[in-house]
Amino acid sequence: MTANCREKLLEKYSAKVYKNRKEHVLQLDTDKSNTIAANTRAIPGVMTARGCCYAGCKGVVIGPLKDVCVITHGPIGCGFYSWGTRRNKAKPDENTDKNFIPYCFSTDMQESDIVFGGEKKLEKAIEEAVELFSPKCIMICSTCPIGLIGDDVQAVAKRTEAKYGIAAIGYSCEGYKGVSQSGGHHIANNGLMRYVIGIGDKQPKTKFSVNVLGEYNIGGDGWEEERILKRCGIEVKNLFTGDASFEGLKSAHLVHLNLVMCHRSINYIAEMMKTKYGIDWLKVNFVGIEATCKSLRDIAAYFNDSELKARVEEVIKDELATIREDIEHYKKKLNGKTAGIFSGGSRSHHYQDLLKNLGVKTVIAGYEFAHRDDYEGRDIIPNIKEDADNKNIENITVTKDEKLYREIKHGDVAELNAYAGMIPEMCKDDIVVDDYNHFETDELIKSVKPDIFLSGIKDKYSIQKAGVASRQIHSYDYSGPYSGFRGAVNFARDVAMAIYTNSWALVTPPWKHKPMLTGQIKEAK
Amino acid sequence: MLDLTPKEVKERSALRINPCKTCQPVGAMFAALGVAKCMPHSHGSQGCCSYHRMVLSRHFKEPAVASSSSFTEGASVFGGRSNVNTAVKNIFDMYNPDIIAVHTTCLSETIGDDLNSFIMDMELPSDKLVVHCNTPSYVGSHINGFFNMMMGFMNYLTKKSGTTNGKTAVFPGWVNPGDIRELKRIAKLMKTSTVFFPDQSGVLDAPMSNKYEMYPEGGTKIEEIRGLGDSKNLIALGEIISVEPAELLEKKWKVPFTLLPMPIGVAYTDKYVMALRDTTKVEIPEELEAERGRLVDLMLDSAQYTHGKSVAIFGDPDIVIGLVSLALELGMIPKYVITGTPKEEFTRKVEALFKHYDVEGCKAKANTDLFELHQWIKNERVDLMIGSTYGKQIARAEDIPFIRAGFPVIDRYGGPLQPIVGYEGGVRLVEKITNALMDRFDRDSTDEDFELVL
Repeated sequence: MTANCREKLLEKYSAKVYKNRKEHVLQLDTDKSNTIAANTRAIPGVMTARGCCYAGCKGVVIGPLKDVCVITHGPIGCGFYSWGTRRNKAKPDENTDKNFIPYCFSTDMQESDIVFGGEKKLEKAIEEAVELFSPKCIMICSTCPIGLIGDDVQAVAKRTEAKYGIAAIGYSCEGYKGVSQSGGHHIANNGLMRYVIGIGDKQPKTKFSVNVLGEYNIGGDGWEEERILKRCGIEVKNLFTGDASFEGLKSAHLVHLNLVMCHRSINYIAEMMKTKYGIDWLKVNFVGIEATCKSLRDIAAYFNDSELKARVEEVIKDELATIREDIEHYKKKLNGKTAGIFSGGSRSHHYQDLLKNLGVKTVIAGYEFAHRDDYEGRDIIPNIKEDADNKNIENITVTKDEKLYREIKHGDVAELNAYAGMIPEMCKDDIVVDDYNHFETDELIKSVKPDIFLSGIKDKYSIQKAGVASRQIHSYDYSGPYSGFRGAVNFARDVAMAIYTNSWALVTPPWKHKPMLTGQIKEAK
Repeated sequence: MLDLTPKEVKERSALRINPCKTCQPVGAMFAALGVAKCMPHSHGSQGCCSYHRMVLSRHFKEPAVASSSSFTEGASVFGGRSNVNTAVKNIFDMYNPDIIAVHTTCLSETIGDDLNSFIMDMELPSDKLVVHCNTPSYVGSHINGFFNMMMGFMNYLTKKSGTTNGKTAVFPGWVNPGDIRELKRIAKLMKTSTVFFPDQSGVLDAPMSNKYEMYPEGGTKIEEIRGLGDSKNLIALGEIISVEPAELLEKKWKVPFTLLPMPIGVAYTDKYVMALRDTTKVEIPEELEAERGRLVDLMLDSAQYTHGKSVAIFGDPDIVIGLVSLALELGMIPKYVITGTPKEEFTRKVEALFKHYDVEGCKAKANTDLFELHQWIKNERVDLMIGSTYGKQIARAEDIPFIRAGFPVIDRYGGPLQPIVGYEGGVRLVEKITNALMDRFDRDSTDEDFELVL
C-alpha cells in the first residue's frame, strides 16, 4: 500500500467535496490518533451506498420478527423491496408461531390517500390483517410520505391495541430521517425497548443464559452460534432479531448476559438493558476462528464457573480439530492475499479477524453508516458532537427498574460494556473510509487492486468487471453461514473459489496475445 | 411455505399482500439506463435509490449506476432544490455523464418540488443536459415510471427539423437486453433502419473485459432521441407500456405509430414482422420465415404435452399478455392471469384473448397481488406457473412447476441475455414450458410408466 493513496484519491475531488470527504477518508497513522468523521449527511449526487431510515428500521431490525405482522405504511415500493431480500433466516415453531417471514404487507397508498390522509386506509388494512391472520402483534413502519402528510401511526397502534386486544407498535421511521439506515436502527431499538422487552415473564432454564444482540441470522449465522453456545452449556434465549419472535423478546430482560455482535445497530438496547435491568453486555465476535474462541472464553470468564470454563475449552478443542484440515487447505491458497471490505456498520471489523486467520491482510475497510465509536471505540462517545440530523432521531432514556433490576455477580472480563472499535486492529497506511461512495470504491480498486473485495450488491459487479474477485458480505452471495468454526470453513471456501475460479483465465481472448499475421524479417540484399 | 394463506378469498380494500408490482421510480431508473452515457438520478431519500439499484443489479447481475438527492428532514421541510443542484454539480464533476435523468419519488412529489423550474435555473456545463420526469410512487406502478421517463426524455429533447431521417423508431417496452438484441436482429433482417428507445442492450449485459466502464457501449444516443421527431414512423411494442409515449410522439411531431402487443409467441411476432414489412415494403426473408416455421414445427411436435394444461401467468401487463397469447397458441388454458399494475386495459386485452381462443373458466385481473393468486390456486390448482421470482413461494407451497419470465428474476442467471420475444424467443419459451411439464410428468410417473422416449 503506498503512503499517498489517500491523497491521490482525494485530489480528484472538487474543493467542496474534498473539504467534506477528507474527514471521512483516513490512511492510518500509528503515530497520531486516527479521528474520522462519521454519521453525517451524505453529499447529494456522490452515489453513496447508504440506504434510508425505513431500511434500517423495517429492513434490518423489525422485519426479521417472525411472528409479527409488519405492515409498511406507504406506497408499494418500500414494502416490496424489503420483502425476503435480506436472508434473515427464521424457523418458527410450528406449534406456537405464525410465520410471517414469507409475506409482505403494505397499505399500497394511492394518490387520494396522500391527499386526504392515510390513517383510515391503515386502520382498514389492520382490520383486514386481523381478520385474515389474527396476529398477536402488529408493527407499522412508516415511509417518507407518512410524516409529511401527518398520519399518526402511534395513535393508530394505540387504537389497534384497544380495539383488538393485541399488541401494536408504530414506528416513525420515514426514509428522510437521520442520515442513513442508522437512524432507523435506533428508532427500532427504542420501540422494542419501550413496548416489548420487559413485558414477558418466561424465565431462562439455566444460569448461563444470553441474548445475542445484533445477530440477524444472515445465512444461518445465528444458528451456528447457537449450536456452539449450546454445546458449551450456554442457553441462547434470543437472537436479536434474526429468527427472533415477539414472544421471545418479551422476556429478553431475564437473561444473565447480553452478547453484542453488530454493535452499530443494537448498542442502544444493550446500553438501555444495562441501565434498566442491570444486564451487562459483552462485545463478541463469532466471525473468525480466534475471535470465536476468545468470545467463548470471555463468556466463560464472565460467568466465572469452572465447569463452564472447562466445557468451553473442550468444545473449542473439538471444534478446532474438525476444521483444522480444511482451514490449512484454504490457508495455503489464500496466504499473503489482500482484501478490502465495505460493509454496513460492523462486518468490516468482524471479517478482518477471519481473514487474518486465513493469512489475508485487510488493507481497505469502510462502513456505510457506522458512527465514530464503531471506528475509534466507545471511549470517544462523550466527544461526539450531535448535529441537527442526529437530534431528529429520538434518544430515549431509561431508568432502573426497581422490581426487575439485578446485580449479576461476574468474573473479570477485559472489556465489559465496552467496544474498542475497528481502527485499533488495523495497521499503518491501511485505508479506512466512512460513507464510501462509488467513485472511491472504483478508484481504490484501481489503485490498490486487492485480491478480494467484500462489499454489497451495488458494488459487486463493477468490482468484478474491473477484474477483482468480489463477494457480497451483506448477503454472503447466498452462501453461509460464515460464523463460528464451520462458518470459517465456508467463508474460506467461498473466498478461495472467488479468487481461483477457472473462468478468470478466460477473460482475455487468445487473439489478444497472438497476432493474426505472421511474417519473417528478411535481410535486405 | 406461505402457511398463513387461507383458501377462502375475501375482498380486501386496504391491505396489499405479496405485491405483483413495485413503485414508479425503478421504472424511470431502468429506462434511463437505456440512454447512452446517462446517469439516472433519484430525487428523494437515499433508500429509494439504493433499493432500485439493488433490484436492478440482482436481476441483471450487472452494475446499475444511479445517484440520489439524499434528502434529510431539512430538505423534506424546505424543499430539495439545493440538494438536486449540489447533486447535479457533483455528478458531472465525479462521474461525467452526458446527461442526467432525474425522476421524483413519493417524498419529493408530496412536498411538491418543482423540478421544471429547478432545472431551468441550473447553470450547466455547455455540453451537458439534465432532464426529468415525475414519478409519484403512489400512482400506477413501475410500468408508469418507465413510460414517464421515456416521455421526460422526449419532452426535453425531441425536435423536428422538417425533413424525415428515414428511420423507424421502435419502443421496445420493458424487456431484457437479450430481447432488444432479438428485436433488432429481426428489424435488420427486414432491412429496417431503426432507432430503439430506450435500449439497455450493451449497458445491462456489458461484456467482461477486466476494465470497469461506468457507461458501457450501448444505450440510445442523445442525438437519436432528439431525432425521434424526424422518424418516418414508430413501432411501439407493449400496448400498455408504450401507448402514452407513442401518443406523445404523434401529438408533438406527427410521427405515425403502430401500437403492437409484445412480440411473444407466433401471432404477436407475426404482427411485429408485418409492421416492419409495411414500413420497408420488403418481402419477408426466407431466413425469418424458416425461423417461424421451426417454432411452429416445435409447437406441433410437443403439442400433446401442453394441450389442455392449465397455467397461471403473472407479472407486468405487456409481458403477461404476450405469454398468455403464446400459452393459448400451445393449447394451454391460462386459468389465472394477473398483474399488480392498475390498468383495466390489461383485463380487457386478456379477456379478448380468452374469447378469441374460446376458452372458459379463466380469470384475468389487474391491480391485484400474489396473495390473491395463491388463494385462487388453492381453490383450483394449475399445472404450471409463469412469472417473476416472487412466484417461487407459491410454486413451492403448492408444488407446481414454475418458469421464470418477466421482471424481476433475481434467483437465476443468464435469463436477461436471452430473448423471450421473436420466433427464437418462442422456441426458448416452448422448450422451457415443455421441459417444466415433462420433468414433472417424469417425476410423478411410477417405475412401470417411466419412459425413456417421450
